[in-house]
Amino acid sequence: MAVQAGRGGLIETNRVIGRGQTSQGIDDVVNTPVLSDVKRTPLWWWIGFGISLSLLGVYLISVVVLITTGTGVWGNNQPVAWGMPIINFVWWIGIGHAGTLISAALLLFRQPWRTSINRFAEAMTIFAVVVAGLYPILHLGRPWLFYWLLPYPNTYGLFPQFRSPLDWDLFAISTYASVSVLFWFIGLIPDLATLRDRTDNRFQRILYATLALGWNGSAKAWQRYQRAYLLLAALSFPLVLSVHSTIAMDFAVSQVPGWNNTIMPPYFVAGAVFAGFAMVLILAIPLRKALHLEQLITKRHLDNAAKLMLATGLIVVYGYAVELFDAWYSGVEFEKYMAYNRVLGADHWWAFWLLIAANGVAIQPLWFRSVRQSPLALFIISIIVSIGMWLERFVIVAVTLTKDFLLSSWGDYVSTFWDWSLYIGSFGLFGTLFFLFIRLLPSIATTEMKELAHHDAHHGSDSFEEARERYYGEEARA
Amino acid sequence: MSETAASIDDRHLYGLVAEFESVEELEHAAEKAKSAGYEAMDAYTPYPVEGLDEKLGMKPTRLGWVVLLAGITGAILGFGMQWYSNVVFYPLNIGGKPLNSWPMFIVITFEMTVLLSAFTAGLFMLGRNGLPRPYHSIFNTPGFDRATRDRFFLCIETRDERFDRDGTRRFLEDQSPVKVSEVER
Repeated sequence: MAVQAGRGGLIETNRVIGRGQTSQGIDDVVNTPVLSDVKRTPLWWWIGFGISLSLLGVYLISVVVLITTGTGVWGNNQPVAWGMPIINFVWWIGIGHAGTLISAALLLFRQPWRTSINRFAEAMTIFAVVVAGLYPILHLGRPWLFYWLLPYPNTYGLFPQFRSPLDWDLFAISTYASVSVLFWFIGLIPDLATLRDRTDNRFQRILYATLALGWNGSAKAWQRYQRAYLLLAALSFPLVLSVHSTIAMDFAVSQVPGWNNTIMPPYFVAGAVFAGFAMVLILAIPLRKALHLEQLITKRHLDNAAKLMLATGLIVVYGYAVELFDAWYSGVEFEKYMAYNRVLGADHWWAFWLLIAANGVAIQPLWFRSVRQSPLALFIISIIVSIGMWLERFVIVAVTLTKDFLLSSWGDYVSTFWDWSLYIGSFGLFGTLFFLFIRLLPSIATTEMKELAHHDAHHGSDSFEEARERYYGEEARA
Repeated sequence: MSETAASIDDRHLYGLVAEFESVEELEHAAEKAKSAGYEAMDAYTPYPVEGLDEKLGMKPTRLGWVVLLAGITGAILGFGMQWYSNVVFYPLNIGGKPLNSWPMFIVITFEMTVLLSAFTAGLFMLGRNGLPRPYHSIFNTPGFDRATRDRFFLCIETRDERFDRDGTRRFLEDQSPVKVSEVER
């Protein structure tokens, strides 16, 4: 069904949406797995959900141990006071950037290919932000007092320190999380109404009817809806950029050599988009196979996501170069030593070179179209990139802190069992939420896909596609 | 072609609903209805149709202005909160910076602007659309479940001055719909 005969054997479609998709077809392909009976849930879902749930157990145990014992169970100490919790926080929140960027930025730039990947990418964003947001709270040591960061009337007569980037973080992340949830939910309303009208099951009907809030798709409602959605996109786009910039300022505003650097915000944002697209691909490639969505998430989507990954990856590599150049050009002894320690230092040189290999070298095959359109190759490259981005944060956070100003206060960082169990367990939290999402909600925005299919069929958006096909001559004429 | 539902008396009639198979037929019917002078009408479609609001004679939404106001309020609140706490309420010398060190207040001001305007956009849209709303007369239309799938509906409501049970039905039937139904309030 999903493949067409063409030159060089079976080649999938290159169009933004498969040829001849109809409203009913899109509806059925996307909604059938969501509305099917519990007993007909596929085995792969139970396996994935089961693994995620057990990892979630690991996460909860790690949190309980942390809270009952204290942050001493982690490897954080002087001089490396920001260890794995902050590395993982930055890593997860970076992943949580692609979703809103795809939804918001690509909507504003009128890129039709955003439509089929935006919904699950937004879900991914929200779940990644949930996971990320818990790290700084746990890292407080006394997580139950996190509300001290909020400006609220209190008997101490105190406000939080608004000049501190750590408080900026709180505002940035909580705004980002709540606006992303709003954006996601508003986008879901017409799709929930579709589910409400399709189901025969009483429980599902009540569930989706409640969530759809009584949406009836009237022209006046659509008029306001579209304006609200466009405004939300316009507001979310700078918001995405601000979040990782703020996180970068946690570092850049300090005096630590290697952190106090003006390139940090843009370089962090590029890294976040890079890691985010890698995660989008890691999730999209199995998802389109498992749910038979190849006509809706086509090779074109993989290709475009890979191009963006390559572009942002090159910006990140440029960031590495500028960091080293700055260290040399500043003439500051400590900066120069920091650079030397990262690249050639006896303890952690391997981390730097591995990250160059992963983020700089491993993405180079993406220049080739055949690689960008090979799901397997993309999947492997995306995993390498995710590991590379973790190593980048390791180098920035931990390695930088091991040797800063005074020789007498140099030290090393050794992570502990509980550092790793919390990290591995966090995949359980993310996975559990994601598996529940793909089972209970449509992973593709059916309403927007219907609009796209209509445009595709009626308004001649094909001319570009056809020129493209002629140029590449790959897709067989039907 | 038409459905005989004479059981609905005039007081309980919400309107007449025509069901169409394609967007083009709906758009055509909407234009015809507008030029025939109907005003109290609405169309129901599975996805947004560009320009349909104008064809039905609807005014543009004021949502943008409301969101702008909310954004300005958010910016003032965000900056005001920081300025008040640092300059008036609890002045504290931090690293020799001036009390009103405004560049340090920009991030939170920005986040508050976005927070207020985004939630205003979302909630204003829902509120003005009357959502959440569990009951709406239009859901009584036979086959209306396809309004979220692949059918397009045009409803002329009884509150329209020109509404006339037989005349309006004849008008709608002339627009080549799949069927025309009377819908109970």
